[in-house]
Amino acid sequence: MRPVVALLLFASLALAACQREERDTRPQSALGSGEQPTPVTTLEPGGQRPAPTDNKAASFEANAFHLSEGKRLFGWFNCSGCHANGGGGMGPALMDEKWIYGSSMESIHATIRDGRPNGMPSFRDKIPDDQIWELAAFVRSLSGNAPSSAAPSRNDDMMAHPSENRMPDAATLGKSP
Amino acid sequence: MKRLASIAFATAMALFLQGCAGWQSALDPKGPAASELAWLIWFFTGLCAVVWVLVMAALAVPLMMRSRQHAEPLTLDASSDNRKLRVVMTAVGLTAVILVGLTLLSFFANRTLAAIGSDAALTIRVTGHQWWWEVRYEDATPSRILTTANEIHIPAGEPVRLLLTSTDVIHSFWVPSLSGKLDLIPGRMNVLDIKADKPGVYRGQCAEFCGAQHANMGTFIIAEPRAKFDAWWNDQLQPAAAPTSDEAKAGGELFLKRPCVMCHKIGGTPAGGTVAPDLTHIASRQTLAAGTLTMSRGNLAAWIADPQGVKPGAHMPVVDLSGDELNAIVAYLEALK
Repeated sequence: MRPVVALLLFASLALAACQREERDTRPQSALGSGEQPTPVTTLEPGGQRPAPTDNKAASFEANAFHLSEGKRLFGWFNCSGCHANGGGGMGPALMDEKWIYGSSMESIHATIRDGRPNGMPSFRDKIPDDQIWELAAFVRSLSGNAPSSAAPSRNDDMMAHPSENRMPDAATLGKSP
Repeated sequence: MKRLASIAFATAMALFLQGCAGWQSALDPKGPAASELAWLIWFFTGLCAVVWVLVMAALAVPLMMRSRQHAEPLTLDASSDNRKLRVVMTAVGLTAVILVGLTLLSFFANRTLAAIGSDAALTIRVTGHQWWWEVRYEDATPSRILTTANEIHIPAGEPVRLLLTSTDVIHSFWVPSLSGKLDLIPGRMNVLDIKADKPGVYRGQCAEFCGAQHANMGTFIIAEPRAKFDAWWNDQLQPAAAPTSDEAKAGGELFLKRPCVMCHKIGGTPAGGTVAPDLTHIASRQTLAAGTLTMSRGNLAAWIADPQGVKPGAHMPVVDLSGDELNAIVAYLEALK
């Protein structure tokens, strides 16, 4: 009897390791989902109106994979050109707690998709919808809203000290590639 | 029955040895570095096989021999003891000689490998990405610097210097027919010199696990005579061919309106993304998606329509395109020779 119990215990522990995160990389319809009217003003009759919710917001927000993909796209699409790694430049800072158009994932998604007055362009046809959600999740994480277990780490080149694999190399005479 | 077995064995051996030839094999060397390494592989394997057979024989012989009964186990036999000592000392001496010899051989082989590219005239910067290779031809004239992807054209019979680095994770560049493998490390630059003796196409493969599509990260070294290589370089420097048919023209416009333009570059058009393979002359390449698909209209359409089905996890997203839009974009890309 005892070995059977031990075996069952072992099997349950071993099989627990078989669970793997499901990643849906083939969205059925990239465009058309999450459509919502874009507010162009903060003035609303009766004060703050209820924010529309999208089920993608919750599934993307605390997911380490989507956050890191968002960070990669943030660099690839040159968001830093205006927002300077979140610190702000031509565009507003993203790493503070001030949100001109609301701090919800849906608002940030709408900002990227449809643009905002005074400079933010619309990326509606330029970025597939899931990638906009990833960017929104990353932008929201910049102000410390994402759990630290999921949030992507700081870039190597923004560290105070170069990481070990970036130290000068005798073979290349200290020239970095 | 015996005949059947021998035929089966011969067939199996023929199939087995087939794996040693072809466009991606360290045992079928096509350049000086690979020849040096292949010779080393065969010599080490041969010598170690001989030593292994001798050791096995030395173990088997006493096991087979009937043990003689000694009348008196404690009797000293000086001549027998001396013989045993001599045998053991000879074996120890031979082991030392063989080990030192093999060390020297690999040392001199390394020296030969290091000397291959000492007078290389051509420098190519190879950057590893998840999961493709960016290839940049260096030139003193800035307008002649050429960036392409996944296919490395080199002049045959000339040493070429490769500068290897990576932007994301560690990859490893390995073209077994031409040289040994060397890692591409983010933030570091490794130098690998290669030389192909004869014109030909040699396949390479990422040899360091780098993520979901590590297996589909292939590259091709295409060695050509110098004149043909120079002509290829000049062709590749040209801006992309302007679309001629109405469909291709529409495709060119769609390319700029849709997400394609965010990552890819097409020389001569406003598309200037550098984070994904350069598509200026995509149709002149033999494969798509780092050796995953052969270049054809159908494969281009399949790759654009469903990259996540062809190469799950790749950074090319599924883009929502209608059938007409897909056809137009494919018609445009197909003409970019």
